[in-house]
Amino acid sequence: MEKSAVFNGSRLLPYALLAPQLIITFVFFYWPASQAVLQSFKREDAFGLVSEFVGLENYQALFAQPEYYKAMLTTLVFSTLVAGLSLSIALLFASQADKNLKAAPVYKTFMIWPYAVAPAVAGVLWFFIFHPSLGTLARPLRGLGLDWNPLLDGNHAMALVVMSAVWKQIAYNFLFFLAGLQSIPKSVIEAGAIDGAGPMRRFWTIIFPLLSPTTFFLLVVNVVYVFFDTFGIIDAVTGGGPAGATTTMVYKVYADGRLGGDLGGSAAQSVVLMVIVIALTAVQFKYVERRVQY
Amino acid sequence: MANVVLRDVRKTYAGGFEAIKGIDFEVGDGQFCVLVGPSGCGKSTLLRMVAGLETITSGDIDIGGRIVNQIEPADRDIAMVFQNYALYPHMTVYNNMAYGLRNRRMPEAEIDTRVQEAARILELGTMLDRKPKQLSGGQRQRVAMGRAIVRQPKVFLFDEPLSNLDAKLRIAMRVEIRKLQRRLQTTSIYVTHDQLEAMTLADILVVMNGGRVEQIGNPLDIYQKPATTFVASFIGAPPMNLMPLRSDEIRAQFASDSRAASEAGILGIRPEDFVISSETIAGGIALDLTVEAIERVGAETFIYGTRQNEIQGVAANPGELPPGEVIVRIPGAVAPAIGERIKAVAPRENLHLFSADGRKRIDL
Repeated sequence: MEKSAVFNGSRLLPYALLAPQLIITFVFFYWPASQAVLQSFKREDAFGLVSEFVGLENYQALFAQPEYYKAMLTTLVFSTLVAGLSLSIALLFASQADKNLKAAPVYKTFMIWPYAVAPAVAGVLWFFIFHPSLGTLARPLRGLGLDWNPLLDGNHAMALVVMSAVWKQIAYNFLFFLAGLQSIPKSVIEAGAIDGAGPMRRFWTIIFPLLSPTTFFLLVVNVVYVFFDTFGIIDAVTGGGPAGATTTMVYKVYADGRLGGDLGGSAAQSVVLMVIVIALTAVQFKYVERRVQY
Repeated sequence: MANVVLRDVRKTYAGGFEAIKGIDFEVGDGQFCVLVGPSGCGKSTLLRMVAGLETITSGDIDIGGRIVNQIEPADRDIAMVFQNYALYPHMTVYNNMAYGLRNRRMPEAEIDTRVQEAARILELGTMLDRKPKQLSGGQRQRVAMGRAIVRQPKVFLFDEPLSNLDAKLRIAMRVEIRKLQRRLQTTSIYVTHDQLEAMTLADILVVMNGGRVEQIGNPLDIYQKPATTFVASFIGAPPMNLMPLRSDEIRAQFASDSRAASEAGILGIRPEDFVISSETIAGGIALDLTVEAIERVGAETFIYGTRQNEIQGVAANPGELPPGEVIVRIPGAVAPAIGERIKAVAPRENLHLFSADGRKRIDL
């Protein structure tokens, strides 16, 4: 039996209770988002004093830029690598931590720490570790015959930002995967063992399907993470370079708007980015979520 | 088809806790063995050791002439029904039953024959395409049974399979399990804490307490001749009345019998063995009781009384009753009033005598 509380008092009370959340959402999401949409139809003069309405000109200019398509491709590569790697590595670690290890609590604690590190700090950390002339790990890499130089080689730079972004995101994914694994009844796995499924087969036919709601949730969260939250890491590690090799769409918004002073073009990019993320999330909900129901 | 033999099986956990303290018994081919005991007595642990889900610290478990101590659960040729059913929630009823067969690379045609046959026996034919969450508790229970029978294993293991069902369904499923087992003639080990389930299902009953076996035998023999006061109060409902007696009381009561030694002991009388009568039976016992409470359940009535001719106890009462309280069962619904004084008598052949520590039965 479900019971619901009845408020006999003020009719305003429910609204008052909802207000803080609504205000926060409005001030920090709807307002800026609507400002961005508005801004994307305007052009400012060089001093930021006057702005004129230019219709779709900013969008036309944007889609005429070859750099923009390059940033889209970079984002695709970057997000596939980061989401794919951080999800699969986190799942591997979580399935190991779920076993009855003696040191499991210590292991779990260490796994969670990277999440507490600020993106910029994490970026600086990785920047120094892999700096071609200062980096602790750059020398061994050279020793292996690899001409390691993320400051000049676009692929090396991409590898470095992917590593830093994955490293930070594993902690978050790990926590959710571990909780998901622990909510699978032990007897279901034991039944699988009695039914003649070895550990690998049990994982792929029982554990992985039962984890699918968690995996789906993390997929959505991770895609949003790589699209937006990796800005700090990219800025600290490569600054979008070399030669735009690590300029993702969100980094280009910043580079064109803040550094390039093209507020209208930058706003148009934000709107495109917003549309892409909303579309991706909608697609995930429509097609992927259908397959995770059981 | 196989027998199951346990030889001095022990289980000690890493922390030093001894869960199973040396257990020996044998379940013959096609027999239905029930392990019964209170929570924490080790019965589920023992079953899981037979299944291979728990390691064996020492001793041997032998299934069909093969020692299985080091053999994986999958290779022991057993099937298990879990308390929470442990169905695979993402698979249909059909796939739940087929999973174990597919893992063993059985041809699909053969799998289909077996699943359809199991579905027919268990009346699951119309539900093969459903997922477990679309089924009722009783239906889930039947799918769990189906998953066990399609495998045609040597041994069925049941871990309290009925405890999540409501009372009415539990009785129906109990009968179904027994009929199914008779039909398939598969050796079975069944764990329960419900003495009624234990009595009705078992060919061999193993009563466990604190990691040890208290008594093994035919359920009726155990009911009629419980080996310890623990068994006496655990098997039978309501429990046997247990009364500590001093040595002189024992001599007075059992004067003619030399086997009732002159030591103190515990006297046991089942509630159903009493008769309310003013006549004393020669050689039997008569208790003067004041009626404290009455429970009418229709076909029978339970009278809770306190003894007036207080027999001074020598040991704490090992049964479940407070000292001095006696339960009497009488047929029908006609009962004395509360506060009334009655005389409950029991004949000599229905008296049970145990040593003072309750660990040994003294046959009279």
